Amino acid sequence: MTQTLTHLERLEAESIHIIREVVAEADKPVMLYSVGKDSAVMLHLARKAFYPAPPPFPLLHVDTTWKFRAMYELRQQMAEISGMELLVYQNPEAKARGINPFDHGSLHTDMWKTEGLKQALDLYGFDAAFGGARRDEEKSRAKERIFSFRTATHGWDPKNQRPELWNLYNARKAKGESIRVFPISNWTELDVWQYIHLNDIPIVPLYFAEKRPTVERDGMLLMVDDDRFPLRPGEEPVMRSIRFRTLGCYPLTGAVESTASTLPEVIQETLLTTTSERQGRAIDKDAGGAGMEVKKQQGYF
Amino acid sequence: MATHAAEPVYVTDALIAEDIDAYLNVHQHKTMLRFITCGSVDDGKSTLIGRLLYDSKMIFEDQLAALEADSKKVGTQGQGIDFALLVDGLAAEREQGITIDVAYRFFGTEKRKFIVADTPGHEQYTRNMVTGASTADLAVILIDARKGVLTQTRRHTFLAHLIGIRNLVLAVNKMDLVGYDQARFDEIVADYRSFADSIGVKHFTALPISGYMGDNITSLSPNTPWYQAPAYFGRTLVDHLETVEVDSTREAAKPFRMPVQWVNRPNLDFRGFAGLIASGSVKPGDDIRVVPSGKTSKVARIVTMDGDLEEAVAGQSVTLTFADEIDCSRGDVIAAAARPPEVADQFEANIVWMADEALIPGRAYWLKLGTQTVSATVHAPEYTINVNTMEHCAAKTLGLNAIGVAQVATDRAITFEAYADSHTLGGFILIDKITNATVGAGMLNHALRRAQNVHWQALDISRDAHAALKNQKPAVLWFTGLSGSGKSTIANLVEKKLHALGKHTFLLDGDNVRHGLNKDLGFSEADRIENIRRVAEVARLMTDAGLIVITAFISPFRAERELARDLIPDGEFTEVFIDTPLSVAEARDVKGLYKKARSGQIENFTGIDSPYEAPEKPEIHIDTTRISPEDAAEMIVDRLLGIWMPVI
Repeated sequence: MTQTLTHLERLEAESIHIIREVVAEADKPVMLYSVGKDSAVMLHLARKAFYPAPPPFPLLHVDTTWKFRAMYELRQQMAEISGMELLVYQNPEAKARGINPFDHGSLHTDMWKTEGLKQALDLYGFDAAFGGARRDEEKSRAKERIFSFRTATHGWDPKNQRPELWNLYNARKAKGESIRVFPISNWTELDVWQYIHLNDIPIVPLYFAEKRPTVERDGMLLMVDDDRFPLRPGEEPVMRSIRFRTLGCYPLTGAVESTASTLPEVIQETLLTTTSERQGRAIDKDAGGAGMEVKKQQGYF
Repeated sequence: MATHAAEPVYVTDALIAEDIDAYLNVHQHKTMLRFITCGSVDDGKSTLIGRLLYDSKMIFEDQLAALEADSKKVGTQGQGIDFALLVDGLAAEREQGITIDVAYRFFGTEKRKFIVADTPGHEQYTRNMVTGASTADLAVILIDARKGVLTQTRRHTFLAHLIGIRNLVLAVNKMDLVGYDQARFDEIVADYRSFADSIGVKHFTALPISGYMGDNITSLSPNTPWYQAPAYFGRTLVDHLETVEVDSTREAAKPFRMPVQWVNRPNLDFRGFAGLIASGSVKPGDDIRVVPSGKTSKVARIVTMDGDLEEAVAGQSVTLTFADEIDCSRGDVIAAAARPPEVADQFEANIVWMADEALIPGRAYWLKLGTQTVSATVHAPEYTINVNTMEHCAAKTLGLNAIGVAQVATDRAITFEAYADSHTLGGFILIDKITNATVGAGMLNHALRRAQNVHWQALDISRDAHAALKNQKPAVLWFTGLSGSGKSTIANLVEKKLHALGKHTFLLDGDNVRHGLNKDLGFSEADRIENIRRVAEVARLMTDAGLIVITAFISPFRAERELARDLIPDGEFTEVFIDTPLSVAEARDVKGLYKKARSGQIENFTGIDSPYEAPEKPEIHIDTTRISPEDAAEMIVDRLLGIWMPVI
């Protein structure tokens, strides 16, 4: 008997293979856990890879202190379910200087996330870090390797990427160098949603529509998640039925108006929607990524 | 007017809107096909990929708006949408001098998810194409109908065939520009067939298409009614992509093999072997054999987080447990007991070189195959293949993008299959031991000598017994340094001191090796590497005999010293760097060699016209500008005796 595996079965097997290769060849791996849906899938795959043992590495959340409250709740819950150690790192300098997304723009991302990540990796001496990036997210990621090398100073040399043939990954590196590994590189947004649906993977409730306090600002619908949100003159939080397609720092993440409150409805909306996933992120535009005027989100249908 | 004006057909939209659960059910059962597109932008490759993404609704409105704007600004299609801009980051990369690379794109239909590897078509990107092709089930070879079969068509076909892609699609594109002419299509196909036959491609599928106009892509074109005659394939490109057999299905029908990635041992009661099944299928109760040990057992369970499985097939990642406690670790292959793969240590292989620095025959590289990583050397190629003319050419090495046939020797036997039978157990990468870069990829053709039944002679007198009788621990003191640095002087002193202490030693140096064992070797880079390899092997035999071996050779290349280190058991190899600056050594010039080298009488002289790669972390570092030979010898003996582990 021969059976043809489904696309999700093949993607799952590929990702598990990648995760096991890293653990077999790296000295001290870690999984970067951002609590979003991609992280949820990656964590689930890691648990499958080593079942019945828990994954033999910790989870690392590089925290900005500005994530949605619901994300912090799920983070704790998933650490308990997985039986993995959860490391939370907050850049002490960003903390001391009170860096925040309202006053500091791109410096916020740079200090909390980019610098914070480097500091955390150096502090613990991790030589391999799993990340949940996907190649379909944007044009530039289409070329990212699954194993991406970093120098001792975390530099990346795009001219010096290693060719990846078959499913053979070269994880060798000199002391001080490290690798970022993207086990779900070949997944699309729809694949991620379908996998969550099929495997009943816990995700942050913010992905589902609910009435939440919002303000409309710079063409984005922002959720007022706590009282640190400085309202501008004339702004008044309005209850809207919204959900999020991606999750990050709440003041930087745009919501969409929606009534999709179940996974199939979310998938339905994703399939029928006409704008790409990352459009809801201020961060991309900030980096000059899209460079086009933000369109107002249309409700579905 | 191009068909961009027409609305793409979203046949699934209605189902999504009306019955999402039914839709999800359909999509849960999709299969996956990976393919590569070969051709250049001129052949309409980007336009074709762009159209596939567009027609399958993988382009969102915001991306489309950007595309429309870009098309007007820089597009080549007038007011129409230039699909090429969607995927063509390559032109920009070329201008910016960034590595032109493999880009992966995703789209899907109701039947399949597709991953497209998009690589540049020119000869200087051969390695990129090989990389993209290595995971592909199918290759689309694009031809511009106006131009016909070109040199690059032949190159792409050869590479796709070399990498073992069984499904070749000849897409004769831009049919709109030749008036959808049947005779032109026939002529191109006939031309291609004669070439395909000549390189052993038995089967391909030919389609007349227009990526720009959309002919025969998702629906049969009214412009090519002749294409539906029985002599032709008669189906659309997407139809073919949706139904062609994928490799993993074919693999499932072969004997069971699973390279072990990881031994899962959460507690004393559980020992599982985790891996991705390369071929065949497995059920609890199946007889298995662990290769290379040959130990057999039965599969007890197929463990997954979703519960134990009754069967697992090629392409699945699983964890197996055995009925018996037998040794099995990473690098081993679990196989069907009655049909295990072979084991060997010498092979003939096709090798594609991927690094700027050429292959150095005889140098040790890491070879990774499946989950096995071993030290390996590649001989000078028997020939290289000109990818444009298919001619075999004589060559001493392989430069960037070169493809050749060469012998490969591994330092221990590995479990393998011919690449034609198994991409997992026949495909390998070569890794530079110093830079850790992936420098080559290879495909094993066959073993040169079967090691399957050759077991190491189990010697009654072990190496420990030899050493015990001498009351010493074997060791290699590997001296390295420039000519005239003082290696021989200090090595001689060290041997005298050890001898005086009652130790059994032997000194290997240029004088006693070059005149006998290695008198057939000259001073070319390859010969110097072979010289050191033989010295290392002799040193290993002598340590097996229980001796303390002292070697005094320039041994300028780090990789060869690492090779020597790898040959000697852990802890028995001591690298001694005799550090004398070139100016000092040259000033001494005891043998007058530097003078000869400077005047051109000697070629490849280390330090003059051949590099010396100083050790990065030698166990012992002697700075001869600060310490006398006598003190240096004392220090080395002390260090050796300090780490002494007397055999009791």
